[in-house]
Amino acid sequence: MENPPMQSLETLIQEASALATHEAEVSRVLQICNACRYCEGFCAVFPAMTHRLEFGQADIHFLANLCHNCGACLYSCQYAPPHEFAVNVPQAMARVRLDTYTRYAWPNALGALYQRNGLTLALATAICIAILLSLARLLNGPIWSAPPGGHFYAVFPHGTLAGMFGIAFVYATIALTVGVSRFWRNGAPGPASAAALKEAAHDAISMRYLGGGHGEGCNNADDAFTLWRRRFHHLTFYGFMLCFAGTCVATIYHYALHAEAPYSVTSLPVLLGTVGGVGLAAGCIGLGVLHVRRNPAQGDSAQRPMDLGFIALLLLTSLTGLTLLGWRSSQGMPLLLALHLGVVMALFLTMPYSKFAHGVYRCAALLKWSIERRQPNPLQLGDD
Amino acid sequence: MTDVLVIGGGNAALCAALMARESGASVMLLEASPRAWRGGNSQHTRNLRCMHDAPQDVLMDAYTEEEFWQDLLKVTGGMTDEPLARLVIRASSTCRDWMRRHGVHFQPPLSGALHVARTNAFFMGGGKALVNAYYRSAERLGVQIRYDVPVDAIELEDDRFVAARVGGERIAARSCVLAAGGFESNREWLREAWGQVNGEWVADNFLIRGTRFNTGRVLKFMMDAGADMIGDPSQSHCVAIDARAPLYDGGICTRIDCVSLGIVVNRNSQRFYDEGEDFWPKRYAVWGRLIAQQPGQIGYSIIDSKAIGRFMPPVFPGTKASTIAELARATGLDETAFVSTVAAYNAACRVGTFDHAVLDDCHTEGLSPPKTHWAQPIDRPPFFAYALRPGITFTYLGLKVNKEAAVHFGGRPSPNLFVAGEMMAGNILGKGYTAGVGMSIGTAFGRIAGTEAAKAARAAASATAKVTANAEAQR
Repeated sequence: MENPPMQSLETLIQEASALATHEAEVSRVLQICNACRYCEGFCAVFPAMTHRLEFGQADIHFLANLCHNCGACLYSCQYAPPHEFAVNVPQAMARVRLDTYTRYAWPNALGALYQRNGLTLALATAICIAILLSLARLLNGPIWSAPPGGHFYAVFPHGTLAGMFGIAFVYATIALTVGVSRFWRNGAPGPASAAALKEAAHDAISMRYLGGGHGEGCNNADDAFTLWRRRFHHLTFYGFMLCFAGTCVATIYHYALHAEAPYSVTSLPVLLGTVGGVGLAAGCIGLGVLHVRRNPAQGDSAQRPMDLGFIALLLLTSLTGLTLLGWRSSQGMPLLLALHLGVVMALFLTMPYSKFAHGVYRCAALLKWSIERRQPNPLQLGDD
Repeated sequence: MTDVLVIGGGNAALCAALMARESGASVMLLEASPRAWRGGNSQHTRNLRCMHDAPQDVLMDAYTEEEFWQDLLKVTGGMTDEPLARLVIRASSTCRDWMRRHGVHFQPPLSGALHVARTNAFFMGGGKALVNAYYRSAERLGVQIRYDVPVDAIELEDDRFVAARVGGERIAARSCVLAAGGFESNREWLREAWGQVNGEWVADNFLIRGTRFNTGRVLKFMMDAGADMIGDPSQSHCVAIDARAPLYDGGICTRIDCVSLGIVVNRNSQRFYDEGEDFWPKRYAVWGRLIAQQPGQIGYSIIDSKAIGRFMPPVFPGTKASTIAELARATGLDETAFVSTVAAYNAACRVGTFDHAVLDDCHTEGLSPPKTHWAQPIDRPPFFAYALRPGITFTYLGLKVNKEAAVHFGGRPSPNLFVAGEMMAGNILGKGYTAGVGMSIGTAFGRIAGTEAAKAARAAASATAKVTANAEAQR
């Protein structure tokens, strides 16, 4: 019989050596890149690389999260496979990125959820929907019988909803904050000036480094450039933020103006939610299509379940929300409401353990670079 | 029948194919390598030397025709053709908009390359990004591209091109551009060209920085077919690179940039040249030849820890040791001889104010050969050694051309056979090198050859039509 503690020790050792292997590969590759530097114009990773001669763990975690997987350096690389140096920066970086999400996750044990992330998201969604459906049944009776007036709070009392989602949101925020703080402290670059903050914010919200350095975009299927990855990211991000804004406005309406839902189709919360939901759906579909068409060598194809799972969850959030809006006056409203809320709950709860984290770590890495860039380069290398 | 056949798949070939296609010709391009290795040596390049009379986007100040010409005259020691060189120089000032139209992006100089900020426009992502852009543009314009097609013979009718032969296949065209590179990856030919020095076949120890597909087969064929040649087969762009570099395609990252910060010894632990003669960017192309002349074609660049962080990081870590004697053992050099060479050097150093950015006053006294600048004792451990080998970028032996890029036979230009790139760079570069000039030559002559080939194809087509019409009329 196998000894369970020994087995888990072995698993731990295996995981640790995989982490070390991924980091060692980034270090190996960057040693080659630092002697070449042809890719300096594409993004921030290579200029940041030139501030270093050796790549320790903190450098590797920072550079991996600074990498947007735009792919420009892979297709331009004279040392990419089949060259014996087998340089593939986006792939090496992608593997370490996943390791950093796992390592910095809070609480630590839940970092393991990144290992089978597609399954994590699927289970979380199924469980949350089941809970919301049971709750609806419990509080409201038959699920296929709507209270008059499309009144959501007749199904779930406002206080219950606010409490549940408030807790989930606060939890996700705390977990992500702890995670990204751990990342920040590993090689903290010093205080951020206003200029650095402004630059990092600009680079993050414009997704500058999906522009390829020349503005024609990044690579996807091959060496041709496309701006669609940036556009679909923008649709997804701003769509999500509009939905979020809709919820915030509704909260203000509820508490400050004492105007209770349901709101009319032309009201601000519904307009924001509708426009945001449509944007989010379009963005997710686009990103999904691009992801499926992406050259498997560009990035880590083992992360597909995590990537596509997250895209699917966002898309479900949008589609269930739009469906609910369309059929909120029907008998199916309680069912649609429970579905939508279940999906949103799953999204919130998995935020610190899903691809969602990439945006948070990316922003932190961009800020690190904006700070570091303003400090003098510690190296005064002569010309080659 | 195809109008223009382009043999080769690097920068010059692509420029020719694009220009011919833009002139309305139907074009087929034959690349000897598989798709993954396409682009020849161009995939390892990084910039274009450009003349400009005023600041131009990524180029600072001015770099006039005269200054460019003087630079070329200096590096070649006069082994150049002034009218052709000036043609290249002028073309370099006007070609970049055309390059951009075909998808090439330029960027300011890379860190560590500021010494060419004024004279050279860098390709964003380097030469492979440029090659990719040209192939995409060529595909879009309808150039027929074939990979894995190494041409082994050309069918000629006197001085006219008729067809190319690839194994059993015959590919006929109205005109042809040869742009298939030099012969740097043909070991046999290199061996023959460099011959023996002190009983050693020196070229056996050369590494090739560039493509493994430049076997010079087309060049050899044309030579045997009686085409007019130019240049010395032992002349090439030859630099000292890390001895651990791969045999082919080591490219830029295998260079070792710490020579001027320390000393270089040969296999017998003896110094053989002034390491501090001039700034490294002006001297790196000399050291390949210097190492080639040493026993075993190997050298060892030796530095101490004062040099760390002062030169571009090498791709492989150096051999590290805490004493000079230990460094000798680790590198396999004779300990006594090595220790005494370092001691003699250290004792000869007259250290003034060290400054790697200027030709400083740190030099040796009473040492032969002297080190005239940046001479500091090698005394701060740890110490590092990097083994060096000659690395060939490309060879200069080529076909003689005129301003129309025409191949010549017995002093007469062929009406429909043209040549560009490394296969004719020797017309302009008899010896020596200056950064980015290979791409200037390839781009200028590639574009000329493409235009002329399209013109020749049109002339051939109308001549055929006339003959056919006459035959019809007579019937």
